[in-house]
Amino acid sequence: MGQMSGAQMVCEAIIAEGVTTVFGYPGGAIMHVYDEIYKQEGFEHILNRHEQASVHAADGYARATGEVGVAMVTSGPGFTNAVTGLATAYMDSIPLVVISGQVPLSLIGTDGFQEIDAVGISRPCTKHNFLVRTLEELPRVLKEAFYIARSGRPGPVLVDVPKDITVDIGEFIYPDSVDIPTYKPTYKGNKKQIEKAVEAIKSAKKPLLYIGGGVVLSNAYELVRELAEKTQIPAVETLMARGVMGAKNPLLLGMLGMHGNYSSNMAMSETDLVISLGARFDDRVTGKLSEFAKYADIIHVDIDAANIGKLVDVDYPIVGDITEVLQAMLPQLDDVDTDRYEAWRNILNRYDELHPQSYVDSDEVIKPQWAIERIGELIGEDAIITSDVGQHQMWAAQHYPFDRPRQWINSGGLGTMGFGFPAALGVKRAFPEKTVVNVTGDGSILMNMQELVTAAEYKIPVINMILNNHFLGMVRQWQTFFYEKRYSETDLSFQPNFKALAEACGGIGYDVTTKAEFDAAIKDAIKQDKVCFMNVQTNRFEDVLPMVPSGGALFNMMLPQTTKGDA
Amino acid sequence: MKTNVNERRVISVIVMNESSVLSRITSLFAARGYNIESLTVAPIPDSDMSHITIATKGSSRLMEQVTKQLHKLIPVYKVIEHEEMVEKEMVLAKFPIAENLADISVLSAAYNGGVVNVGTEMIIVMVADEPKRVKHFIEAAQRYNPCEIVRGGVVAIER
Repeated sequence: MGQMSGAQMVCEAIIAEGVTTVFGYPGGAIMHVYDEIYKQEGFEHILNRHEQASVHAADGYARATGEVGVAMVTSGPGFTNAVTGLATAYMDSIPLVVISGQVPLSLIGTDGFQEIDAVGISRPCTKHNFLVRTLEELPRVLKEAFYIARSGRPGPVLVDVPKDITVDIGEFIYPDSVDIPTYKPTYKGNKKQIEKAVEAIKSAKKPLLYIGGGVVLSNAYELVRELAEKTQIPAVETLMARGVMGAKNPLLLGMLGMHGNYSSNMAMSETDLVISLGARFDDRVTGKLSEFAKYADIIHVDIDAANIGKLVDVDYPIVGDITEVLQAMLPQLDDVDTDRYEAWRNILNRYDELHPQSYVDSDEVIKPQWAIERIGELIGEDAIITSDVGQHQMWAAQHYPFDRPRQWINSGGLGTMGFGFPAALGVKRAFPEKTVVNVTGDGSILMNMQELVTAAEYKIPVINMILNNHFLGMVRQWQTFFYEKRYSETDLSFQPNFKALAEACGGIGYDVTTKAEFDAAIKDAIKQDKVCFMNVQTNRFEDVLPMVPSGGALFNMMLPQTTKGDA
Repeated sequence: MKTNVNERRVISVIVMNESSVLSRITSLFAARGYNIESLTVAPIPDSDMSHITIATKGSSRLMEQVTKQLHKLIPVYKVIEHEEMVEKEMVLAKFPIAENLADISVLSAAYNGGVVNVGTEMIIVMVADEPKRVKHFIEAAQRYNPCEIVRGGVVAIER
């Protein structure tokens, strides 16, 4: 491609990787790159109003599309603001390339203006990071960054580019392929191990599919559904896997874990064979480890060997990509006897009848669970739902009828409040024809509310559905249960006028206190080409149930009042 | 899975020879609270790789996790958890010239070493031996009032 500046190389690499939208915020050290962004037409740049939001927006774009998301920030505070975004993506294995400016090479280590050790700070929250040291290595580093981000177990990669390198001019040859001798992800599962796992499935009486976010990342949901269908083995999903089985699938019991439903948690407690697909036995899923799947052998399929045996002893470890492993496994299950598991399915169905996922609805006040179910009824399959972190997130995960993966986008591992709104911007940019709803709370939304301005400027009409209980609800719930109702710093009675706030920034606001207003607001919001805040007043003291108290065994659940009796 | 806690382990990590690789490895240990007892690094001849030898303590489960986590780092080529190995550590020790030089010389010879430097006020000896024997040498050396003892850290090679 000939001679060009380092800044131009950055842009050319982004274009070569097929990235259509870059989220970012300029500043001193990255200015040369922004000068080239101004001149090029290969991708669109969206100016968020905070670097954290840029990374979350790129993250939302990546989660919705499965492609690498790109964010760009300057050195120093630009980078440190991006750290929460990197950590969020890291915990959920989301492929991102974040490009940060750095002070010129000659100033590195001198405490220069807006200098911070970006590779040092981001080391524990990136899959890999680079400080570019020469112009010659820049094209290779950029190529490797995209490759590392999307291959193996995906993750965010930081490329820190000193300012002088963006000015220097040199030959740009973007590599066609990558060869990193020290990095060779394992995709194919071990044949012998897969055979053993198949035998274990055939001889089990109470097998259970334990489906994690890895299935979404591997785009393997059709194979997982085929596996369930073929074997008639019931399934539970983690928070990150919502949508994999599809809400209408009769083999799906629900979500398991701290806020899992009764049948899912009981299934995990009573199964004799856990078939873990891309899940990592997070503490919010397992509860007390010594009681987790106590009677089960464990098949663990994961592309990351370090996940296997990290928390529980595994009987059938399979390192590999879920897609490839299932492709090898499925033909071997042609002769599986599906009747074998019928008694087991009946037990679980009985559990589900005893304690279905439920809540007590009200005519006086909007219940948050009702609001979630209602948007499910009104826009269901057509919507992509993002969320922040807290009670609203759990209610959305429990009650929304997700029917495909990548329809549910939330910060599961890090639990980042403020994720949902900027992520929704990335989602909406990737899928402009879809309705994008950020289910949020009156606490979380304020953590990135400046994005109202971004959304208004770029006409990105995402719906922020604020389930407003005037509390930092999840912490309040714990205080009710475990801290004798001492509501320390969780009362959010003092609030902005959310409607006016949205309007002040060029968006639309809706105040919603009744079900009729709710329907009217959502129907109007869908038609608008403007961002909105839907301020939904809900009852203050609703709890997320069922709940397994932290560190307790999964089968010890606090259940909602609507249950029909004890099992 | 056996979980004998605090058993001593030696691992070799073969890495790409690049500037940040050592900090990636040490910060992995630090972030998880794994302790490093000793660490040596040197380039592997005629290659762009380096050999890092780490002595640490922990259960076999912990070591399995450490090994996997190390392997996950992009510039790490290979991780070897040593079982059958030859292990050596080098030590330099400085004594006042007024001490019994003959004894010091014999002592260091007994631990695979000898006198490497003699000045007007000090004598310096070097020994190279297995870590356990190095410990014995250091204990024995105490009676000659050493001014300074520098240990080199363990290097190991699989048998």
